[in-house]
Amino acid sequence: MLEKNTAAERAPETLVEMHNAGVFRAGRWLVRGVDLAVRRGEIVTLIGPNGSGKSTTAKTAIGVVKPSEGHVHRARRLKVGYVPQKVTLDWTLPLSVERLMTLTGGAEPTAIGAALEAAGIAHLARRQVQALSGGEFQRALLARALLREPDLLVLDEPVQGVDFTGEVALYELIRNIRDRIGCGILMISHDLHIVMADTDTVICLNGHVCCRGAPQSVMGSPEYQKLFGARAAEALALYRHHHDHTHLADGRVRHADGSVTDHCHAEDGHHHDHTDGDHAGHAHKAVKGEPHAR
Amino acid sequence: MLDDFFTRALIAGVGLALVTGPLGCFVVWRRMAYFGDTMAHSALLGVALSLVFELNLMIGVFLVAALASLALLFLERRGALSTDALLGILSHSTLALGLVMVAFMTWVRVDLMGFLFGDILAVSRLDIAFIYGGGAAVLALLVMLWRPLLAATVNTDIAQAEGLNPGRSRFVFMLLMAAVIAIAMKIVGILLITALLIIPAATARRFAGGPEMMAVLAALIGAASVIGGLIGSLEFDTPSGPSIVVAALALFVLSLVPSPLPQPQQGKTADHATEDRS
Repeated sequence: MLEKNTAAERAPETLVEMHNAGVFRAGRWLVRGVDLAVRRGEIVTLIGPNGSGKSTTAKTAIGVVKPSEGHVHRARRLKVGYVPQKVTLDWTLPLSVERLMTLTGGAEPTAIGAALEAAGIAHLARRQVQALSGGEFQRALLARALLREPDLLVLDEPVQGVDFTGEVALYELIRNIRDRIGCGILMISHDLHIVMADTDTVICLNGHVCCRGAPQSVMGSPEYQKLFGARAAEALALYRHHHDHTHLADGRVRHADGSVTDHCHAEDGHHHDHTDGDHAGHAHKAVKGEPHAR
Repeated sequence: MLDDFFTRALIAGVGLALVTGPLGCFVVWRRMAYFGDTMAHSALLGVALSLVFELNLMIGVFLVAALASLALLFLERRGALSTDALLGILSHSTLALGLVMVAFMTWVRVDLMGFLFGDILAVSRLDIAFIYGGGAAVLALLVMLWRPLLAATVNTDIAQAEGLNPGRSRFVFMLLMAAVIAIAMKIVGILLITALLIIPAATARRFAGGPEMMAVLAALIGAASVIGGLIGSLEFDTPSGPSIVVAALALFVLSLVPSPLPQPQQGKTADHATEDRS
């Protein structure tokens, strides 16, 4: 254990890596050209509008979806804990919260108790899963995933259906998990303001990687610092930039004013002040000077 | 003891019910009732083919039922028609093919009614050996497969992400279904096999607090249906296979009657979870 820690300090082990990965289904690209890596102890957060390929990217990273192009490399014997975006349970399957905990692997009763305690649902251990509220179910799924003590925790919108106070507590729980078991976390989020402080890399998707950056760089910006302490909600608004252009099916781009061009403009959305947020990752270069290429 | 045909029928039927109960739970949880029906209907094609090739009936039925489920997987991948329509096509065309083939074989006298509705009163000692041997093998595999199969039933993506190979468990589950259909054909017949898979499991749901408990209860309820049905068929001189299904139905209807005992509140618990915490 000690050895493992020092090794991890020297060079954090890469848990999963994607190179130029894309997924093509039913005649269209769900997501394309994704490069990302999650290392041990690191939190990577994916953001982006609906249908931007966040879930597909996460599923590709853990091998639930096979990439149609590019490569995905996972560390050997990688232990994954997964909380999908949506889990629907048939009423005919009787399942208590306690039983849900050992769905994919056995666990000591004390460990189960501790995981439920950590997720704040110890009092619901014997409740049937179908009788839980959305927020309670989300906590139960999270407790199940962390009980496995995974190397890589993949959370698809982990705070959906949870109110604001619960959301803060859940993010704190997720950070604690990372600190305690030293796993890497790949998280999909639509709310960024709270995780930001703990996220190492933010990747914004819109069918491709729009932009990426260390949130520290965002936090370094004066606007962010001004807004972060007093008005967290405004800080969210700052980073949740608007996509003021839409990528059309034929590869052209429609702008907020209704005009259509062959590629993005430099002044297009999410080009606000991230300071050194990595806009080099904006993947339209291939299209430039080559109208109707795609 | 095994000399009496009625005792043999009881032993054979109970043995079958102990297997169809747990397996039927998965059929209910995974909403595969129509799928089970399709596999069962394909059994008649299996009968016809085993007569042509002079195979053992159980082996022929098992092979054809397994092939039918593979055909379904293949057609589903191609994605032209909905699963529902594909099942309808497979189900009835295999049944019809079987009937037509049997009609061509003028040299064998085939008791069609026996295959369609079963003839539990005619089971031999050898049949009992097949039922208990095959049944024990199916149950053992089901126990080994329990965790990945249940995980895949709850959520395929979780099972896949966490290394439980849901595709393989689905495939083995289909083979188990084919085996049970082959074993059960003689007892309740092709047309009523699905009933023995689904009705006891559905009855057990009301009383079960967990999946394992539901599987055990379904086995017991199925066994009770067999005993009740057989005694009823002796009493009222009714056909045995259908009588077993009617007994299972009676137990299911009984399970719908509201209990006079206070039930633990489980239905509506509202969204006050997060309020509890703050």
